[in-house]
Amino acid sequence: MTRRPRIAVVDHGAGNLVSIDQALTTVGAEVVFARDGEALRRVDAVIVPGVGAAEPAMARLDAHGLTGPIRAWLADDRPFLGICLGLQLLFEGSDEDGATTLGAVPGRAVRLEGAPTLPHIGWNQVERTRSHPLFEGIADGADFYFVHSYVGAPDPAARDVVLATTDHGGPFASAIGRDALLGVQFHPERSGPDGLRLLANFVDLVRAA
Amino acid sequence: MLRRRVIPCLDVADGRVVKGTRFVDLVDAGDPPELAERYATEGADELVFLDITAAPERRGTLLDVVERTARRAFIPLTVGGGVRTVADMRDVLRAGADKVSLNTAAVADPTLIIRCAGRFGRQAVVVAIDARTVAGTERQGADAADAPRTWQVVVNGGREATGLDVVDWARRAVDLGAGELLVTSIDRDGTGSGFDTELLRAITSSVPVPVIASGGAAGPDDFVRAVRDGGADAVLAASIFHRRLHAISDVKAAMAAAGLPVRLVHGAVA
Repeated sequence: MTRRPRIAVVDHGAGNLVSIDQALTTVGAEVVFARDGEALRRVDAVIVPGVGAAEPAMARLDAHGLTGPIRAWLADDRPFLGICLGLQLLFEGSDEDGATTLGAVPGRAVRLEGAPTLPHIGWNQVERTRSHPLFEGIADGADFYFVHSYVGAPDPAARDVVLATTDHGGPFASAIGRDALLGVQFHPERSGPDGLRLLANFVDLVRAA
Repeated sequence: MLRRRVIPCLDVADGRVVKGTRFVDLVDAGDPPELAERYATEGADELVFLDITAAPERRGTLLDVVERTARRAFIPLTVGGGVRTVADMRDVLRAGADKVSLNTAAVADPTLIIRCAGRFGRQAVVVAIDARTVAGTERQGADAADAPRTWQVVVNGGREATGLDVVDWARRAVDLGAGELLVTSIDRDGTGSGFDTELLRAITSSVPVPVIASGGAAGPDDFVRAVRDGGADAVLAASIFHRRLHAISDVKAAMAAAGLPVRLVHGAVA
């Protein structure tokens, strides 16, 4: 199928949306910026991007009536990709500011302990823990661009959501997946050709859903 | 393992890349998005735009350039120069920048760092520090360790001294919310005499955030020294790339040969 899937990119006010828009358009998606819950009614997939802290992001999702529709979207197991903060929001809460987050994955966002530098900024290797179509055609250990201080830490019983890990003073979950729910701690829209490939793979998964 | 970054810096005036010694003898060096895309293909890990447009009313031109660049080069973009308010920062991020670098305005009003980091997160706030050796503390002979060299912060393109100690300001900027520091040696800038590794070490040993080294690059070995001896996380240069004296891939090859972790781009062209 060659149709262009419609993907909602949730705008919670945290800066640059140009890169994700351009990257998704480049790999064959039609981008809709979601600034209210209504926008989610007409799309095939949802992406929550973003950087910054959990509490202000959740406050903006609440203020724009997006929290409920996103929770329902996740509960229905429809195609979803969280990027950076968007991955962390999938957990139950954040140690950064005590925010209660979306709660789709058991665990919390915790500070990256033992890191030689913080924030963790730059290109780092993503090592697969298991095979997944999101990484189709991308070498194991390929470099992706990170910029963050907190990471999503799944509860021990939920460790099987981890798709890939990255080391910065110790390994952390750099990609997670469970059915249609996916999250990456790095920024594929800023990670050159491998990043575009990952987003193309996501668009393929959306088409197949 | 986290890679050490190589970052070309593009001075942008009125929507064009210019080259020349800062602010004087400017020569047109091309279209920013085009050059940005070329550097990305050659293996640049990030890009820095320094807006040196004199007239604030031409700010819209910069935002247009940032957006066109973000749509062509899928690597991170930092924009510096002329960001004085949270609203300025919002505009630059909305246009497609990932980070903003604050310099003179942050020295004038350090609460700008708090406000920008509070709104957009500290990872988006780079504080640029221009450093000049304090007269009388230059090393003199073998007993120099007795009288360590110190640096002061200078602003307005290096023209104005502040009296602030560089290491003190670096610590304070990080406490206020800087997620990264861009440290330029004004003594070395444009001289091709190598990065000031002593300055870099003084800062990298004092703060937990990544430090970008700037000022003085002449060849690939200088990049190695900035990381190995100065402790820099990233190394920035302008003229050696613009003048095609060295390719980014040559710099990275030298860093890799020295055992430093770098991102090698397959098919990167010189």
